[in-house]
Amino acid sequence: MPQPVPSPDAPRAGVRPDTPVRGPARPAPYVAAGVLIAIGIVLPLVVPIYARHEPELGGMPFFYWYQLLWVFIDAGLLYVAYVLMRKEDRRRRDVVRSQAAGHAAKHAAPGTDDAGDTGAVDGGAL
Amino acid sequence: MNAVQALPASLSLAVPADVPDASGHRSIAGGALVVVILLFLVVAAIGFLASRWRTSPEERGLHSLDEWGLGGRGFGSWVTWFLLGGDLYTAYTFVAVPAAMWATGAVSGFFAVPYTIVLYPIVFILMSRLWSVSRSHGYVTPADFVGGRYGGKVLSTAIAVTGIVATMPYIALQLVGMRAVLTVLGLGSGSNSFVNDLPLIIAFVVLAAYTYTGGLRAPALIAVVKDLLIYLAIVVAVIYLPSKFGGWGSIFDAADTKLSTTNPATHKPAGAIIPGMTSFNAYWTLALGSAMALFMYPHSITGVLATKSRNTIRRNAVVLPLYSLMLGFLALLGYVAIKAGTAPVDTNGKINAQLVVPQLFLDNFPSWFAGVALAAIAIGALVPAAIMSIAASNLFTRNIYRDLIKPDVTPRTEAKISKLVSLLVKVGALVFVLGMDQSSAINLQLLGGIWILQTFPAIVAGLYTRWFNKWALLVGWAAGMIYGTAAAYNVVNPATGNHFGGSIAAIPWTHTTVYIGVTAFVLNAVVAALGTLVLRAFKVRDTADSTRSTDYEVDEDDVRVQPVPEELRAELS
Repeated sequence: MPQPVPSPDAPRAGVRPDTPVRGPARPAPYVAAGVLIAIGIVLPLVVPIYARHEPELGGMPFFYWYQLLWVFIDAGLLYVAYVLMRKEDRRRRDVVRSQAAGHAAKHAAPGTDDAGDTGAVDGGAL
Repeated sequence: MNAVQALPASLSLAVPADVPDASGHRSIAGGALVVVILLFLVVAAIGFLASRWRTSPEERGLHSLDEWGLGGRGFGSWVTWFLLGGDLYTAYTFVAVPAAMWATGAVSGFFAVPYTIVLYPIVFILMSRLWSVSRSHGYVTPADFVGGRYGGKVLSTAIAVTGIVATMPYIALQLVGMRAVLTVLGLGSGSNSFVNDLPLIIAFVVLAAYTYTGGLRAPALIAVVKDLLIYLAIVVAVIYLPSKFGGWGSIFDAADTKLSTTNPATHKPAGAIIPGMTSFNAYWTLALGSAMALFMYPHSITGVLATKSRNTIRRNAVVLPLYSLMLGFLALLGYVAIKAGTAPVDTNGKINAQLVVPQLFLDNFPSWFAGVALAAIAIGALVPAAIMSIAASNLFTRNIYRDLIKPDVTPRTEAKISKLVSLLVKVGALVFVLGMDQSSAINLQLLGGIWILQTFPAIVAGLYTRWFNKWALLVGWAAGMIYGTAAAYNVVNPATGNHFGGSIAAIPWTHTTVYIGVTAFVLNAVVAALGTLVLRAFKVRDTADSTRSTDYEVDEDDVRVQPVPEELRAELS
């Protein structure tokens, strides 16, 4: 272990400009996901809605089964939010990666690797 | 998981006079003990083999914090699900939440359910960005991130010290949880106190040994065993016990009757199965504050940074709530124990609410199955204790040793130091629990929850903006720490007269009672914001920042994120 070890913030292969890793965002998917997430945080905390006995379910007061039900509701809300955001995130990353791949293909010998997936961003930037 | 808030109140519950066999002496539960020992041996074997899991021969020995402290930063969705499940839902939770339900009812116990529900939307939002920036810069701890984002060492040291101090009593509480199991098994009734404590010492020494050799891989593998056992135990208990005791209806009736009986010491009912209007604010602030605090704990962040992709933690936020469902039913076992007439008598003859769930299993199941359930709880102490000690020692190595003492430390030395410190941390926790009253561990853990929440503004604001001035954040942190500690000290338990009697207090100059951690957090955030405005008005420059905005968005496919093992190999060759 001879070489001095870089601290985490040592320059990574020299000073590089901050190149975008994603294309511009469309607001709609993020707004929709944000609303779902906000519902998932706020509604389980509104105690007056559920601090009561009736209606019971199988002998269990409303207070208990209602809150346990939110386990499933929150999981569902987050799943939808995840799908929405993943789709938009992939689209945004593809914008940058396909540009970078096209850029790299013009300047470098094509076909050396399957550009467009890994390494395309910095390949384009360098 | 930080379920402890309510516990001091329940511990000091006046002892009901009608407890049978209050002698306190227990005979050894042989069948169950054999099963517990067998499962412990299986887990120990897995722990020692873990250092060979997903490591190529040249990486054996785990010579960097990425390998030892973060399992190679390569855990996928399945492993992460088990790891975080084992990390967040600790043995102490399994013991303390039903104990609080048994003793004081919904407000102090069942808040754990909304807490672990609203937790995951918060995780979903925040943790991807923390993953990306940490992967870009090789951050191992939350204080690494704060140091990189704000520059300087004062704020990051404050964050690191807060993390270590909040984590230490949490480790000690895992021992408290394990001790509840051992007590019920009949170990601890002997006359020699060293012999009584020996099983706990052996368990922790073995734990320390395989954490030393296997790092984060050891608890990750053990968590799989522990989680499967605990699901088995709870599913069986929740199906079988209610039918045995006349259905949920009569269980809730019995709980209602017990909890609404007036306590002779305080002249108030012990609790309620449905919170009254005056408890609404306490209930939701306990849930929200605890949820905000949980992923500020170093051991939670360790679990996040060990994942292999930006979206692993988001996928896990969708499926981790299954553990919350299990926790909810486990909490209800506290009521089942009321109906079943479970008598949690400690070795000194006093009532110890923490024994209620282990005792419930031992009383109502064949001894081998009780052994499985008790082993699940005991192993449930090992997983978080291992991860917490790893996280605390990483904080020490990175943010105390490297940042303040020896800036040019090599990754190999970092790993060596972390391994040694993880041993010290565990010995410290063991000495603490054996040498001191366990209520000190509980008090400190209660404070730990309030303290760790004070790192939220610096960490979470930092994930989105560099607007805050770092000195203003530091002053806000200090204000929150001081107020939170003082307010918790001033909560006096009405039955015993002791300080640190709970974590709920009125907001100053009002009669609204809320979780102290949340009040302290609001104070902290307001001070930090006002301080930033004032410093800006005086044109104080504070622009140091070694992160770039896109660092918070990179994913595992971006090349600027160096694959960790290659870096490591280069360093070793």
